[in-house]
Amino acid sequence: MHDKTLAELAAALAKREVSSVELTTHFLGRIERLDPQLNSFVTVTAEQALAAAADADARIVRGEAGPLTGVPMAQKDIFCTDGVKTSCGSKMLDNFVAPYDATVVERFKAAGLPMLGKTNMDEFAMGSSNETSFYGPVKNPWDTTRVPGGSSGGSAAAVAARLAPAATGTDTGGSIRQPAALCNLTGLKPTYGRVSRWGMIAFASSLDQGGPMAQNAADCALLLNVMAGFDPKDSTSIERPDEDFTAHLNQPLKGLKIGLPKEFFGAGMDAGVAKAVDEAIAQYRALGAETVEVSLPNSGLSVPAYYVVAPAECSSNLARFDGVRYGYRCEKPKDLMDLYTRSRGEGFGAEVKRRIMIGTYALSAGYFDAYYLKAQQIRRLIADDFKRAFEQVDVILGPTSPTTAFRLGEKTDDPVTMYLSDIYTIAVNLAGLPGMSLPAGFADGLPVGMQLIGNYFDEARLLNVAHQYQLATDWHRRMPGGFE
Amino acid sequence: MSLSNEDVRKIAHLARLAVREEDIEGYAHSLSDILAFVEQMSQVDTEGVLPMAHPQDAAQRLRADVVGETNQRERHQAIAPAVEAGLYLVPKVIE
Amino acid sequence: MEWETVIGLEIHAQLATQTKIFSGAATAYGAEPNTQACLIDLGMPGVLPVLNEEAVRMAVKLGLAIGAEVAPRSVFARKNYFYPDLPKGYQISQYELPVVARGTLEIELEDGETKTIGVTRAHLEEDAGKSLHEDFHGMSGIDLNRAGTPLLEIVSEPDMRSAKEAVAYMKKLHTLVRYLEICDGNMQEGSFRCDANVSVRPQGQHKFGTRCEIKNLNSFRYVERAINYEVERQIAIIEGGGAVVQETRLYDPNKDETRSMRSKEEANDYRYFPDPDLLPLEIAADFVETVRTTLPELPDEKKHRFMTHYGLSAYDAGVLTASREMGDYYEQVVKVCGGHAKLAANWTMVELSAVLNRDNLDIADSPVSADMLGQMLARIHDNTISGKIAKDVFEAMCNGEGTADEIIEKKGLKQITDTGAIEKIIDEVMAANPGQLADYRAGKEKLFGFFVGQVMKATGGKANPGQLNDLLKKKLAG
Repeated sequence: MHDKTLAELAAALAKREVSSVELTTHFLGRIERLDPQLNSFVTVTAEQALAAAADADARIVRGEAGPLTGVPMAQKDIFCTDGVKTSCGSKMLDNFVAPYDATVVERFKAAGLPMLGKTNMDEFAMGSSNETSFYGPVKNPWDTTRVPGGSSGGSAAAVAARLAPAATGTDTGGSIRQPAALCNLTGLKPTYGRVSRWGMIAFASSLDQGGPMAQNAADCALLLNVMAGFDPKDSTSIERPDEDFTAHLNQPLKGLKIGLPKEFFGAGMDAGVAKAVDEAIAQYRALGAETVEVSLPNSGLSVPAYYVVAPAECSSNLARFDGVRYGYRCEKPKDLMDLYTRSRGEGFGAEVKRRIMIGTYALSAGYFDAYYLKAQQIRRLIADDFKRAFEQVDVILGPTSPTTAFRLGEKTDDPVTMYLSDIYTIAVNLAGLPGMSLPAGFADGLPVGMQLIGNYFDEARLLNVAHQYQLATDWHRRMPGGFE
Repeated sequence: MSLSNEDVRKIAHLARLAVREEDIEGYAHSLSDILAFVEQMSQVDTEGVLPMAHPQDAAQRLRADVVGETNQRERHQAIAPAVEAGLYLVPKVIE
Repeated sequence: MEWETVIGLEIHAQLATQTKIFSGAATAYGAEPNTQACLIDLGMPGVLPVLNEEAVRMAVKLGLAIGAEVAPRSVFARKNYFYPDLPKGYQISQYELPVVARGTLEIELEDGETKTIGVTRAHLEEDAGKSLHEDFHGMSGIDLNRAGTPLLEIVSEPDMRSAKEAVAYMKKLHTLVRYLEICDGNMQEGSFRCDANVSVRPQGQHKFGTRCEIKNLNSFRYVERAINYEVERQIAIIEGGGAVVQETRLYDPNKDETRSMRSKEEANDYRYFPDPDLLPLEIAADFVETVRTTLPELPDEKKHRFMTHYGLSAYDAGVLTASREMGDYYEQVVKVCGGHAKLAANWTMVELSAVLNRDNLDIADSPVSADMLGQMLARIHDNTISGKIAKDVFEAMCNGEGTADEIIEKKGLKQITDTGAIEKIIDEVMAANPGQLADYRAGKEKLFGFFVGQVMKATGGKANPGQLNDLLKKKLAG
């Protein structure tokens, strides 16, 4: 049952071949049995999940079910869940039981999807390997000596190991796409403003965006139908009519123009990744698409610019964690300064502290122009590069990550090397565009992801382009050994 | 840009982060590495480029001035480290 | 050496909105601690601000009232610092691009001259909570009810040259924000408070001296005293061969002195940057024009109209336009009494103000409504009662004994205007006081007052004074 896609499970529920309680029980059982190998969940909410499943079953009986009612799923532990611990992967919030639901959580609740639990993640979403979590690293189900990617590594590992049919992720610099690539999943980062950020604990507000992670593009479309939509509680939420993201899945690709940015196919990419992506390109040509070389001349500066913008915003966003109103508070503070510095010093891990310090420095008097302002100018150049490219092509294709899953501990001592894991994904966040990663093959037994980037609000087209590829290939159906 | 141990102490203080003395050196190294990496930005001429603070070219939406919140103090303070008489407690604030 | 004082004021006016600037929590004053602090005000993880339209409208109102530019595009920025009453670790404010810039305000100096004070800018921002220092076992208590209350920070140019000018400016602004109904002006509750930047320089020197900022002055008197103290302190330092240190100071009204607030000095690298949760605030021209149509008559316009239309002196017009309510009250009195502007001005400024002051009442809570006062003045004018009797009637109205007409009727205060009746009483008085009559007729003319008094006494003060005068003169002359 767990090998089925979200759409298949929904169909089985609708036909009453299985109940939501049965499905939920099944996945909870798998989590209990298999997650000790992966560490993909911080919190399992069995009781609430079963209660929600019973409600879903009743809804189905009453004929009031939505398309996904009764299908269980997992939430990244960055989304606030009313009455359930919301840790954000940090000691700082280890004791934080959120007093409200994120809009995304509320929407899934309303749609009738029982929440299995909260997935592990890099602390405050700062990381590309899931090794910065206070709850320990998550392991990649394809090779448990390797990382699942990050920061949505728990969601990726859980869905890849079929401990959950789907999960949410958030993507600030690649945190949905890179773990999706490393775990053989399909993941979508929507256009900035598509999915409400209310209740999604902020890392870098102008870059953060929630999105779905699932087995394939069709499932992502179903999930996005639930997640996306205008939210008056988020000033940056885009006010536009709701769309059915499944509507264009079956459109043929004949005449589609795919841009291949020459900067994404240079040095630095593993040969195995390059080979898989090249084969995917060939497959697209076979499906009738036309490929065109495009240039994103400033994309090489996306990682440096990002590592100013994101830390600057995070240094301010994380100032609220001060041990006064919620979260970790140090033992016996001797004065106010001690309360602040020790609560924060002890509550945050090393990478978070590093980024807060970089951001604090970049915004401080005398450095603001050289760092923050310069980075925001480069951000504009990068966005303009995409604008020009999208005058020529419909979508852009390239690798998601330069490598397949790397070994646990391999990059933890060298932040800059770790940062370069997101070299192909970060520009998309800086520009605010939608991007997705989908399985494109394997190299030495490890999944390779390819990235599709769309123009603003062109998620439906991205999902269509991904879905057509998935109709012609079966990489996305492969499951990691030991988790069947 | 290379940061000294003293720079790290200053930044950590500004960010209200207690950093153990034995960790200062390590932070000085890694932060300097990151800043050196970030320096690449200076290669590109951005003269006259409008800084982009936000991915959206849109304006602030406004909210009607209508009270929509009720008292949730019990709920909010159930997760607070120290409260008394409805107040959050902190070590003495000296002005 | 002669010293010149240079003062600039930063005034924080709490905007009179129903809800906070970025949340839907109520702004009512005096609620139980933390009962009006919602998720957003508490800076919970994951919450986001949404700007209150009314706060923007109020800022635009002020901008238009001081002839300033309303920015078509302004930006909210974060001011980063740690303080327990600042839940997010940053204050959302406006930095480089404020909503209002370059306005002016005219103040009147003691010699009657006017002076134009430049208003550099006015920007929207959120207020912080409060730290309560009563002892909770050596801890402070934090109340975040005020956190997120909208503030308009109005920053003047360093155009004032004395504490008196500073107070005049502050009063003028205080009147204006209440006219505009954008701030209740309640200084005790902190709705209108002031930071003063003060420096001194030798007379004639162009360059400004080093300034000190005195924080949180919440009364006109404190502003004046704090500035005067600070000026003397700075002069003493410089004359003693020292140098003024730029710093933030706090005024202690009990000791009447300012002292250094070193705690605020320590980390003043605020690391401003545009708030990524808030898009730029764009104000369309038609929004501004719509707001313009809602502007009331402004204090200066009203004062000018009172002088030309009612023939009032500058002083009287100033007093009667000190608040919108006062002006409205006065005009209603004039209307009801039949247009006797000066009579209305005197009664409003003297008798009514005395009662309001005595009972510490706002004009809105006056025991005597404008209509009641106007009707009474009409009775003075039509000779039903004399001005002297009117005072008794007014007092009775204050005590809730009814309208002027009711009181006059009930107490029989109607003036005697019947010539025959007055003459009869004069005759009786003359007959009863033959000695005084003889003396008067022998040339002791100041006894006239005696006879007036006697007649008034006999009529219970109700004889029409003018008629009595004429008749008495004739009769006494024989």
